[in-house]
Amino acid sequence: MSDVVLTLNHLQKHFGALQATRDVSLELKRGEIHALIGPNGAGKSTLIGQIAGNLKPDAGSVHLAGQEITALSVAQRARLGLGRSFQVSSLAEPLSVLRNVMIAVQALQGHSFRFWKPVHRDESLLAPAREALERMQLSHRADTPVSELSHGERRQVEVACALALKPRALLLDEPMAGLGPEGTAHLTDLLETLKQEVPILLIEHDMDAVFRLADRISVLVAGSVIARGDSAEIRHNPDVREAYLGD
Amino acid sequence: MDKLKSETTALPGLPALPNAWFDRKGLVQIGLLALLFLAPLAAHLLGHIYYVNLASRITLIAMAAVGLNLAIGYGGMVSFGHAAYFGLGGYIAGISAYHAFDFSPVMSWPMAIPGSDSMLVIWLATILLCGLLALAIGAISLRTTGVYFIMITLAFAQMMYYFANSWPTYGGEDGLPIYIRNSLPLVDTGQPWTFFLIAFSGLLLAMAITSRMMKSRFGAALTMARLNDTRLATAGVSPYPIRLVAFVISAMITGLAGALYADLNGFISPTMLSWHMSGELMVIVILGGVGRLYGPLAGAILFVMMETLLGGMTEYWKLFLGLVLLLVVLFAKHGVMGWLAGRERHV
Repeated sequence: MSDVVLTLNHLQKHFGALQATRDVSLELKRGEIHALIGPNGAGKSTLIGQIAGNLKPDAGSVHLAGQEITALSVAQRARLGLGRSFQVSSLAEPLSVLRNVMIAVQALQGHSFRFWKPVHRDESLLAPAREALERMQLSHRADTPVSELSHGERRQVEVACALALKPRALLLDEPMAGLGPEGTAHLTDLLETLKQEVPILLIEHDMDAVFRLADRISVLVAGSVIARGDSAEIRHNPDVREAYLGD
Repeated sequence: MDKLKSETTALPGLPALPNAWFDRKGLVQIGLLALLFLAPLAAHLLGHIYYVNLASRITLIAMAAVGLNLAIGYGGMVSFGHAAYFGLGGYIAGISAYHAFDFSPVMSWPMAIPGSDSMLVIWLATILLCGLLALAIGAISLRTTGVYFIMITLAFAQMMYYFANSWPTYGGEDGLPIYIRNSLPLVDTGQPWTFFLIAFSGLLLAMAITSRMMKSRFGAALTMARLNDTRLATAGVSPYPIRLVAFVISAMITGLAGALYADLNGFISPTMLSWHMSGELMVIVILGGVGRLYGPLAGAILFVMMETLLGGMTEYWKLFLGLVLLLVVLFAKHGVMGWLAGRERHV
């Protein structure tokens, strides 16, 4: 298998007269964090929608581990190994942290039409879920309802849910949004150790985190990628500075 | 934070004890079951057949509501058309008995199906046919959500209602009597106490199935489909088939209750299919506590007792039912069970 895990090929998406995605191509390779940045309205959410399966592109294709997934549903993509977190965290609030992660383990095992065995003492579900929580340093919160968690902890639960899927690629949509400096630093550390195992496509506003974490950065402006390179290249790219960094 | 904590804990001041039989919730649940069993037992011993039959009525209405609660409470599918399955179960019992009574076939083409006065045959047919009907209705309705889902399930049930109303073979709007109660091997179903025990077993079985199923993987997926279907899909489980299967099981339970209800009354009519019936079941689920295992039982006891006691005093008893419902919705959002047994905590 090649080194490329996730590929976007010449994606196009229109909403009426607005071209939200213009010929975007992108590759996510094994062992890397590829950051996607861009000012508000650049079309990041539209692009994420097309990768995750909420939106269908007008043209172009999406491949995961060599398989075309352009026409697949959100659930089908997840089953093929695309884990994601949301900009606004999307968890079942009344349920405990462990329960939220367990549903991902259950999905991975592919047996949701089992009606008899109680999940609360099913070690084949509990053990991997606890392991994913351990990875995100959340074990002490396993039995807490999500509604009682802090914003930062919810972010970690989201990543734990995605991890429990044993994904081939992670799509993280602004995981640092709304976190304080401490939370950001904590999550940055966690993601840095994670990337060896799962390549991450990181959509993020926090520039410090992006420059620290990303191996490569793609800059999206008005629907197209205007620059691509490592942190130093992007930092010193005049187009990017003008369009995005604002000086 | 403290406020959040107290809201999600089972009882203020007491630690949450899941699966404990003798905490407040366990005692309330045992109390409800004991009430439903011992009151008709006493009536039976004292020879008051009327009260035994009244308990059977409560039991079967509760069982129908257990089915609906699976859809509304556990699955988040607000069906306003469960009378379709309740009534279909009733008509299967009635039609089968009608043909068994005069030895005519239910249908002769494409294959000959004779009538039957065996409850076991009727229950099997009810499970199959209610399942198929719910599969068809659910497959279409579950493509919509919210108020559209409510309306489309209502529309399907009303179609069944008008169909039964205008089908003269089985009495049309006059309904159809069941002259002799359908039978079971070894027992005399005509005895009120025996029939109550059959109904009570049905209710217990429906509740046990619901309880066990909601603890399983399927239940976990259904719960997630209700609370956050985006999360479920992101995990890789499509919510639609999960909901559809739950909807079908829900209809089967309500249909079985309907088949027994027809036998209890010795009579079926399109009333069992009307939107009033769907509404009554929904009111019972809300009164008892949406998504609570014992909610339908508590709701059915309250509803039928109000209907019987207040209905005996004034024909405007539904005015008082409305007031109680208003109070429950305003001040006890988690129904009678939430009020008696405290909030449920998910662990």
